[in-house]
Amino acid sequence: MITLAHFLTLGAALFCIAVAGIFINRKNVITLLMAIELMLLAVNTNFVAFSRWLGDPGGQVFVFFILTVAAAEAAIGLAILVVLFRNRATINVTEIDSMKG
Amino acid sequence: MMLSKTLLLVIVLAPLFGAVVAGLFGRQVGRAGAAAVTIAGVALSCALSFYVLYQLAWGGAGTFNQNLYTWFEVGAFSANVGFMVDRLTAMMMVVVTFVSLMVHVYTIGYMRDDDGFQRFFSYIALFTFSMLMLVMSNNFLQLFFGWEAVGLVSYLLIGFWFKRPSAIFANLKAFLVNRVGDFGFLLGIAGVVFWYGSLDYAQVFQNTLGDAAGARTVEIFAGHPWSIATIVCICLFIGAMGKSAQVPLHVWLPDSMEGPTPISALIHAATMVTAGIFMVARMSPLFELSETALSFVLVIGATTALFTGLIGIVQNDIKRVVAYSTLSQLGYMTVALGVSAYAGGVYHLMTHAFFKALLFLGAGSVIVAMHHEQDMRYMGGLRRRMPVTWITMWLGSLALAGAPGFAGFFSKDAIIEAVGLSDRLGSGYAYVCVLAGVFVTALYSFRLLYMTFHGKERFVVDAPHAHAHGHDHHDDHGHHAPGHLAHAPHESPWVITLPLVLLAIPSVLVGWPTIGPMLFEGWFGGAIRVREANDVLAELGHEFHGSLAMVVHGFTQAPFWLALGGFAVATWIWLLNPGIADKAKSAMRPIYTVLANKYWIDELYQAVFARGGVALGRGLWKGGDAGLIDGVAVNGSAALVARVSATVRWLQSGYLYHYAFAMILGLVALLGGVWWYTRAAL
Repeated sequence: MITLAHFLTLGAALFCIAVAGIFINRKNVITLLMAIELMLLAVNTNFVAFSRWLGDPGGQVFVFFILTVAAAEAAIGLAILVVLFRNRATINVTEIDSMKG
Repeated sequence: MMLSKTLLLVIVLAPLFGAVVAGLFGRQVGRAGAAAVTIAGVALSCALSFYVLYQLAWGGAGTFNQNLYTWFEVGAFSANVGFMVDRLTAMMMVVVTFVSLMVHVYTIGYMRDDDGFQRFFSYIALFTFSMLMLVMSNNFLQLFFGWEAVGLVSYLLIGFWFKRPSAIFANLKAFLVNRVGDFGFLLGIAGVVFWYGSLDYAQVFQNTLGDAAGARTVEIFAGHPWSIATIVCICLFIGAMGKSAQVPLHVWLPDSMEGPTPISALIHAATMVTAGIFMVARMSPLFELSETALSFVLVIGATTALFTGLIGIVQNDIKRVVAYSTLSQLGYMTVALGVSAYAGGVYHLMTHAFFKALLFLGAGSVIVAMHHEQDMRYMGGLRRRMPVTWITMWLGSLALAGAPGFAGFFSKDAIIEAVGLSDRLGSGYAYVCVLAGVFVTALYSFRLLYMTFHGKERFVVDAPHAHAHGHDHHDDHGHHAPGHLAHAPHESPWVITLPLVLLAIPSVLVGWPTIGPMLFEGWFGGAIRVREANDVLAELGHEFHGSLAMVVHGFTQAPFWLALGGFAVATWIWLLNPGIADKAKSAMRPIYTVLANKYWIDELYQAVFARGGVALGRGLWKGGDAGLIDGVAVNGSAALVARVSATVRWLQSGYLYHYAFAMILGLVALLGGVWWYTRAAL
């Protein structure tokens, strides 16, 4: 029997992998974008699980919204990535450190 | 009949008009114009003052007490400009304007070669205005205005020759020492407003009537009730100590001799320095409430009377001898106030104004003749060269020493006898001081006369052809060795000798008609209020049987013999055996050293207050300003920011994943916090 706990554990595991991906990754900005997507999916999993558990379809409606936003975000992220590469000729994360005073 | 308001306004404003014209338009009106306009103003003021005195004394005019102008109002409290003119005021007005007029005339001669001629006239006319405002005031605030205004003019005039460092030092010293006194005075005035509820003399004195007024106390320190009257009176008297140069605030007066001699006569002998005496006499209803305060006054005055006189014996500067004599005589006046003989103090003020102005102007005449040489060791034998100055100085000195029949005799004898009759705490000490003071007074007075006018000439007149710049008298003294003069000394012009003669007349005669009414017959009326138990003058009055009887009686009294002793000793030492002074000096070396150094009071103040002030300032500057404010507050906060930001800068790496991680950590912390605080509710 698969219970709510299994789904939540899955969501938490995905979220942790995503966090680790953001933090440990030193190479590639694309990996960062993927990690963010993974995070959103972890949240989606939680939404669906709770929706099912509470018998409230509102959670699943949210998932659609999140997927839409995630798609838009991925598009913007990739566009930024293209511009970044055009300007800096690199997508190596350790070389992108201009976000400081 | 009432005195007219306009009349009083003219008396006050005429000198002010002269001062403004001479001061602001000195260039336009020229030397003669400046002298003429100020002398006219003061002469008008003087004539009208005599008229006021006549009206009050013989014309049956009542006391004038009226507010003329409201300066400002704060709530129910209003500060007015007003005049209170009774016989005490009228006497002061006459003394002030008369001496001032004499000094104005004298100045024409004394300052003839000075570049600051118009400025000088402007200052002394301004002084006359300020002093009149002071004595004619009907409230404490205007009194304080006049008090500070005369202080300001005194400051300006001591530093009149502002290119001399010593003059600048002296005027700063006078200003600072007077600040100490004025601080007490201001506290006293504040106390009057606070406890007696008004600044108006009449109102305040009304509030002091009745036994309850003297018994009121306040606990400044819990558990120690102090009489309000004592606090107020001692504070007011501290003001008088500054202005009237009483020990220990006397140090500024001898130094004030740096100013031109006419103002030494007017301000630092006859009028301004007696403002304190006048003020205490005016406040007699207040001072009568406190035995303690009067004892304080008495002891301070007695100390001043004797110990400053002693210094006068060893001074060699002719003006300083007269200055120390002024200090000593001010001490006598203060002693009179201290034994509740207010009329005696004010009476001595009047006679002293005449003979001391005379002595100063005489000294100035000598100084002019000696081409601004003031050291008596280089004088001598001047009596043949300047007979008018010689005779008038003798008359002034006899009056000062209290020779029977002269003005000083009446006032000083009355004071001494009043002290003898008093049983106030400290009167025994005061009696010894004033009696010894008589001997000392005679000693330094005749020493001055002998050293200046008698004996051999101790100066050398250089051959006149050696000096091409001989006409420029004023600068001459700088080019000669001490005791060497470009010209032989000769009698001063009439503008200098006329005031001497005119001042000599009252110095000799004023005592005869005035002693009876002013001291013993209640001439001052309500202006001076003495409680019956304290009224030593009334007691003295029982034995008074006319001026002639007093003179005759005076020959049998101790003061006369003491003065005669002083005269004899001075004659013996400085006239008959000129060499003996030096022998006496070396025989009494320790005493001489103490006196010549003026008890080291100047050095003490210099070391404690001046150095202390500088050290405190330096401490505050280095420690407080540079250390605390600059170092800690300003630079310290900047350094703190730099240090903190150096640490914080390390957090801001610029890497996206650091920021994201921090975001997540923050989220975890936030959620954890929310969970932690709400777990109880779950």
